[in-house]
Amino acid sequence: MMRFVKSTLGLAVATATLAFGAGEAFAQQKELVFGLQCDRTGPTATVGVYLCPGYHDYIDLVNSKGGVEGYKIKVIEVDNEYKVPPAMEAHERFKKDGAVVEGLYGTPQTAALNKKLEEDKIAGTSPGFGTANAADGKRFPYTFPIAASYWSQAGAAIEFAKEKLGGSLKGKKIAYLFYDNPAGKEPLPILEDLAKSEGFELRTFAVPAPGLEMGAQILDITGRFKPDFVVTHLFGKAPSVSIKELKGKGYPLSKVIAFVWGGSEADIIAAGGMGVAEGYNTIQFAGVGKDFPVLKEIAAMYKAAGKAAPKEMDSTVYYNRGVFIAAVHVEAVRNAIKAKGGGVPTPEEVKKGMESIKGLTLDGLVPPMELTAADHEGGGWCQVWSVKGGKLVKSKDWFQGFRAVIQKQLAADASKS
Amino acid sequence: MFHREAGVFKTTYAADMALYPLPIAKWTMVVLAILFVVVLPLVLHEYQLSILNLIFIAIVGALGLNILVGYTGQISLGHGAFMSVGAYTAANLAVHLGLPFWLTLPAGGLMSAAIGVLVGMPSLRIKGLYLAIATLAGQLIIEWTINHVPAISGGAQASIQIDRPTLFGYVLKSQAQLYFFLLFFAVLAIVVTLNLMRSRIGRAFVAVRDQDIAAEIIGIDIYRYKLLAFAISSFYAGVCGVLYTYYFGIANYEQFQLIVSIDYLAMIIIGGLGSVLGTIFGAIFVTMLPILLRVVLESAGSLFFSDSELANVISGTRLAVFGALIIVFLIVEPEGLNRLWRNIRSYFRVWPFSY
Repeated sequence: MMRFVKSTLGLAVATATLAFGAGEAFAQQKELVFGLQCDRTGPTATVGVYLCPGYHDYIDLVNSKGGVEGYKIKVIEVDNEYKVPPAMEAHERFKKDGAVVEGLYGTPQTAALNKKLEEDKIAGTSPGFGTANAADGKRFPYTFPIAASYWSQAGAAIEFAKEKLGGSLKGKKIAYLFYDNPAGKEPLPILEDLAKSEGFELRTFAVPAPGLEMGAQILDITGRFKPDFVVTHLFGKAPSVSIKELKGKGYPLSKVIAFVWGGSEADIIAAGGMGVAEGYNTIQFAGVGKDFPVLKEIAAMYKAAGKAAPKEMDSTVYYNRGVFIAAVHVEAVRNAIKAKGGGVPTPEEVKKGMESIKGLTLDGLVPPMELTAADHEGGGWCQVWSVKGGKLVKSKDWFQGFRAVIQKQLAADASKS
Repeated sequence: MFHREAGVFKTTYAADMALYPLPIAKWTMVVLAILFVVVLPLVLHEYQLSILNLIFIAIVGALGLNILVGYTGQISLGHGAFMSVGAYTAANLAVHLGLPFWLTLPAGGLMSAAIGVLVGMPSLRIKGLYLAIATLAGQLIIEWTINHVPAISGGAQASIQIDRPTLFGYVLKSQAQLYFFLLFFAVLAIVVTLNLMRSRIGRAFVAVRDQDIAAEIIGIDIYRYKLLAFAISSFYAGVCGVLYTYYFGIANYEQFQLIVSIDYLAMIIIGGLGSVLGTIFGAIFVTMLPILLRVVLESAGSLFFSDSELANVISGTRLAVFGALIIVFLIVEPEGLNRLWRNIRSYFRVWPFSY
């Protein structure tokens, strides 16, 4: 039997070689390759189908204006279906095709690629994915969260609550409703730390996967604990359920703030529509809405080509995040090309370029972040957008919540390992 | 030397069970050994090697599941969780005690085997769908435990980073280096399984699968063999988990959730239950098909769609075609790819004089 075992393996490999050989792309001169992992069909497809078009559209816009410093950009997208082995395959494909920078997708996928990125010296961005301690550029030199980590979001949520509750949290009660997975538990040390220093009472309520059943937890929050503020950190369909349940129990949504994966238009509409969720607050790491020049340029680009603007643009929360990621990649490459005097940058130089991003704002779509070799999070900037009169309205501009506490936690985590 | 027999001429059990029934088998082995050890690593790009590496790991895990489901007839939905047991055992031993991979690997397997026996206990009383639900509970309990016990998971993030495997002071980290590392374990798993199934244990497994009451009557201790099947299967799963851990450099239980158990079940059902060759076919099929479909759709799709549409079309079509192909293959040959291959082989065995 062994012979057939081996002979078929060989056959399969031979076919693969042929197929891949044919599909291999030869990078032309003055072209740079970006790799983008995406999830359009897996459990987080609700995010991917809006976020990834945003990325592509921004790159198309850059290309239509002559590229970045004269280089056209080619994006290779691989749908990893939120599975880990395909993420590794995707990374190897990007590497083979000469990608200078890579967009990661998914928390376990980011964890699995941390080490490989470092060994291959290709920078990968993981906004909203991966772990908070990856902000430490010394420990994870090639992983770039580039957006506020869950620790920073926890700081921002408490700061927002403090402001809403009249400037002091002494003696107040805050409930933390979270998805019972590592990402959900990650902010706990920050919240506990803040509970001590700010003097509020913190109680946590875990929602088990898949997060569609939280009647008991909500009843516990609204009926027994009666908090002054609720912080939610949920994924997938869970945010919609939480809005519906809290509303159903009569809790004011203006005293609820959601982390970044609980605040898209789709989440709120699925909970019964924008009109129902009046007051609901969401943390954002990229600008929301269509009122940005770059988005108008994208729409104009489509119009010039005789096409209607894509419907994905209407889901501004995720679409704008795609634009944001693309803008960071382009800026990193621009810095690298400039530093090299126009030469073709290597992935390592793009990584250095990313570490010198500063003052990239896209008129407010991108936070005023500053990436450095030590801080790959860029400062942990957040905005709060709230539902008012049927749409999302900015209620707090870019801010860093309790930055000192987060930095203390980062230092403590670094000394542990 | 290169001839094949034109029919069935075996007259002894020994001849029937030989691993190399004909000289051609030995020669094929030699050729394949040279191909995999010398030619492929030299010829293939690192990218293709990385796909082979994923297939090698999948083969180890799928073989374990096939021993349990295909050979012994006990269904399990907890295979992914057993992988995570192996992964965390190895990661903890490697990080806290600094043990090398040749100790953490069997340790991960053994720990997983122990847990597997526990989860397999219900198999002594229930069968079929009931057992599927019992093992599903095992999967969820193990996931929950790892998530909530920091001593196992290494903290809130439930992931433990480990160093690359070293052998005689030589760090294995590039895809080519890991290729040999993983090839060794895939071949080892294949050889062990082939021989296990020719032994008394393997025959007892098959007897339990075909009719457990009959097996008990002819003197097979079915409790012992059912639990042994769970132990061996989980051992493979644990080793598979350890290999994933060394391959990715991190143990993270989110890599081993229920969907992984389902994926591995798909591999052995598509490949062929109760067959080593089928397992390998299945592992290749499930790993490679999405990649091949993407390559084909990328080149063909650009003729019909704009770039922005194409990404959605590729993802959606790939999923639909993948599902449709599974259905087609199982309608054409319910016993899997292995049976398909055997049919082709027996056709050509007597070709062109089939009568």
